Amino acid sequence: MENQYAIEMLHITKKFPGIIANDDITIQLKKGEIHALLGENGAGKSTLMSVLFGLYQAEEGVIKKDGKEVHIKNPNDANALGIGMVHQHFKLVECFTVLDNIIMGVEPNKFGFLQKKEAREKVLELSEKYGLHIDPDAYIEDITVGMQQRTEILKMLYRENEILIFDEPTAVLTPQEIDELMHIMKNLAAEGKSILFISHKLNEIKAVADRCSVLRKGKYIGTVDTKDATIEELSAMMVGHNVNLHVKKEECTPGEVVLDIENMTVASKMHKNNAVKNVSLKVHRGEVVCIAGIDGNGQTEFVYGLSGLEPLVSGKITLCGEDITKAPIRKRLLSGMSHIPEDRHKHGLVLDYPLDYNCVLQNYFKPEFTNKFGFLRKKNIREYAEKLIEQYDVRSGQGPITIARSMSGGNQQKAIVAREIDKNPELLIAVQPTRGLDVGAIEYIHKQIVAQRDAGKAVLLVSLELEEVMDVSDRILVMYEGEIVGELNPKTATEDELGLYMAGAKRDEVKA
Amino acid sequence: MIKKILKNDAFQSLFASLICIVLGIAIGYIVLLFINPEGAGEAILEVLKNFMHYSKTNLQIKNFGNTLVKTAPLLMCSLSILFAYKVGLFNIGAAGQYCVGICVSLYCALALGMGWVPCMIFAAIAGALYGAIVGLLKSYCNVNEVISGIMLNWIALYSTNMILMNVKDSTSPYTYHLNIDSQNAILPTLGLHNLFEGNERVTIAIPLSILFAILVSVVLDKTKFGYELKATGFNKNAAKYCGMAEKRNIIVSLMISGAIAALGACFLYLTDYEQWSCTSAAVPATGFNGIAAAFLGGLNPIGAIFSSYFIQHITVGGSYVDKTMYCAQISDLISAIIIYLCGFVFFIKYAMNQLIDKSEEKKALKAKAIAEANTQEGGDK
Repeated sequence: MENQYAIEMLHITKKFPGIIANDDITIQLKKGEIHALLGENGAGKSTLMSVLFGLYQAEEGVIKKDGKEVHIKNPNDANALGIGMVHQHFKLVECFTVLDNIIMGVEPNKFGFLQKKEAREKVLELSEKYGLHIDPDAYIEDITVGMQQRTEILKMLYRENEILIFDEPTAVLTPQEIDELMHIMKNLAAEGKSILFISHKLNEIKAVADRCSVLRKGKYIGTVDTKDATIEELSAMMVGHNVNLHVKKEECTPGEVVLDIENMTVASKMHKNNAVKNVSLKVHRGEVVCIAGIDGNGQTEFVYGLSGLEPLVSGKITLCGEDITKAPIRKRLLSGMSHIPEDRHKHGLVLDYPLDYNCVLQNYFKPEFTNKFGFLRKKNIREYAEKLIEQYDVRSGQGPITIARSMSGGNQQKAIVAREIDKNPELLIAVQPTRGLDVGAIEYIHKQIVAQRDAGKAVLLVSLELEEVMDVSDRILVMYEGEIVGELNPKTATEDELGLYMAGAKRDEVKA
Repeated sequence: MIKKILKNDAFQSLFASLICIVLGIAIGYIVLLFINPEGAGEAILEVLKNFMHYSKTNLQIKNFGNTLVKTAPLLMCSLSILFAYKVGLFNIGAAGQYCVGICVSLYCALALGMGWVPCMIFAAIAGALYGAIVGLLKSYCNVNEVISGIMLNWIALYSTNMILMNVKDSTSPYTYHLNIDSQNAILPTLGLHNLFEGNERVTIAIPLSILFAILVSVVLDKTKFGYELKATGFNKNAAKYCGMAEKRNIIVSLMISGAIAALGACFLYLTDYEQWSCTSAAVPATGFNGIAAAFLGGLNPIGAIFSSYFIQHITVGGSYVDKTMYCAQISDLISAIIIYLCGFVFFIKYAMNQLIDKSEEKKALKAKAIAEANTQEGGDK
């Protein structure tokens, strides 16, 4: 009987100090199927893939390809077995063309001279076969994120990989691009490629995957046929209890203005134009205002300008009646601004500091944590961190002394959220607070945001996730090319309508 | 148990440093073998023996004192580099700041007739200001601190040559001795010289430099200031995000770094052990050796005490190599090879971790194989 599995990972166990990242996990990928791998952050998905790629060696378990046991010691072995991966963050050379990127590392050559012509033909052929519609001569920096992703896919196809791994491929895409990707994935599977699809987005898994394996806290929970499972069942498998996918919240009762932005303009670092153009808005007590938009439309620069990371070209910011347009960052933080940054590794944490040091990043100078001679009160810092860990359920290997770098992404984010909310701010700026997080953590963070609103705080949420935008916010402002192009009420607006504004197809004159 | 020790960071640093030292000595020996195989063994022993070269105990102790005298400035330079490194800066300009320290301390002592305390204070201020130039360029003009540091080293050298011309005899390139008419500028010995057979060069500089090492260690680990500096060094963006004045931190840390290096210069030149040669064509090597000492000491201020001593020990030891068998530069060459290999501490630590991981994996695989064999046997029976 012919073996029906392209790749099997049987009883894989991988331990790290203080944690069992993979505990007896079995995943069997059938030929020509799309197999989803679902799990919370820290559930062990990345570790499992690293084992498959030879980056880690499992203590127990075997990997079989086409029924034969194989030993994968390093990524080269994985490549030789036809295993390819599209990473969440693309590995492309920006100033090279699509074709150059595809052939990179396996350049066809004669006596050291490149033979691009045949490569080009092969790429075009593949592109057509799988409906990728790609221009091989375009430069990476000029094409959309979706196109870049297809370049990555072509890279795998060009190398004749049979097993394709997609690591959270939709995180960076617009809704339309996601649809196209789903279509491409189905084409690939129909042509006999086996796909392992890592995601937390249940509706995507439901839409595209044939089967779904679920991991939870390093353990294998089970594999189901997606057509037989509901989204609710899947999420319950993932988090271990039933989750409320929709945020429950009371009617909002806006109070006085907390944040007032007038005609804010911020320069761009990428190009000569301004990234944020003449934006005015107000955020009141007790409401969640959401800035929606497709990535790269000036949201990042808007937050930089607001939080003081970048200076304004013009405009005025008033926080609680105080002009903070030119105030230094610390002044803003002390006047009641909390900021959950978009990039938790770049801004949110000092990764080489232990968790307790990270918990006091903005408070370390206060008398609780530093005595009058300038010495740190390490005991108080430790105790404060323990309090936050307990209260906000931040999980880590060694508690407050865990180095932040070794924590899972979700717990890193929880630590930041805990720190920012515990400051008891007047204004909470949350930028993509749930990016890359699993359903359980998302639910938790949404609850915290709504709780802040209910406690009479002003919340400014910047998000790329349509669902999040619709669920959490009380008022939606759409940002397109650095301008606010529409204000919507999440109760009456539809996702389609929002999409039109986000894509720049529709705009209103908005008065703040 | 052994595994735990092997994985301990402090142990790894120490072990890696020792491996570097042994490697350096081995390669030095091989080089000597190539040049003149007859005297190689003896020559390398001389380097390691240093003051033990002398057979009389009193001479040994006296010369041990001399090595210590020269260790103090090296330790200060390594502290200077280490301190800046914790903030993510590579202060190669420590050599120039050291040079500025020499210039100001000697000028204050010889031309202005100041005592040792004001000499040190002015030298520290000058070093700090010199470091501040690098810091200002770095934080406001985004000039790489290595580039500006190297340029400023040359400026410091020639300025020092020029200024100290005023405090020397026209017949000699060397500046005046302090013990002739600037005695109050000489660092006090507080009786320390009695421990070293009356070696008058052994002064409070030595305990002071160790005190500085402890001070740097405390500032970095226990204070708010150290917390800020290290945060800036680890992640400049996060430091900015949480409102630390990251530009100010860069400038301040380079100022402190410069002041420490300049004080190091006082610790040598205000003992009257050495005079400045106004025809010098390069900044003293102490500033650069400080880099090696900092890394060999695992970037730990306390570790730097021992690594500085070791580096100084072999540098001085090199001068005892038989000059009839080897040319005069051989001592510098051998100590340079050893110092060069000292820079490999972090590489060796990395290699060690890899080895440990691999051996653990092998063990796990073996254990698994045995377990499988056992279960099969059990099944057969």
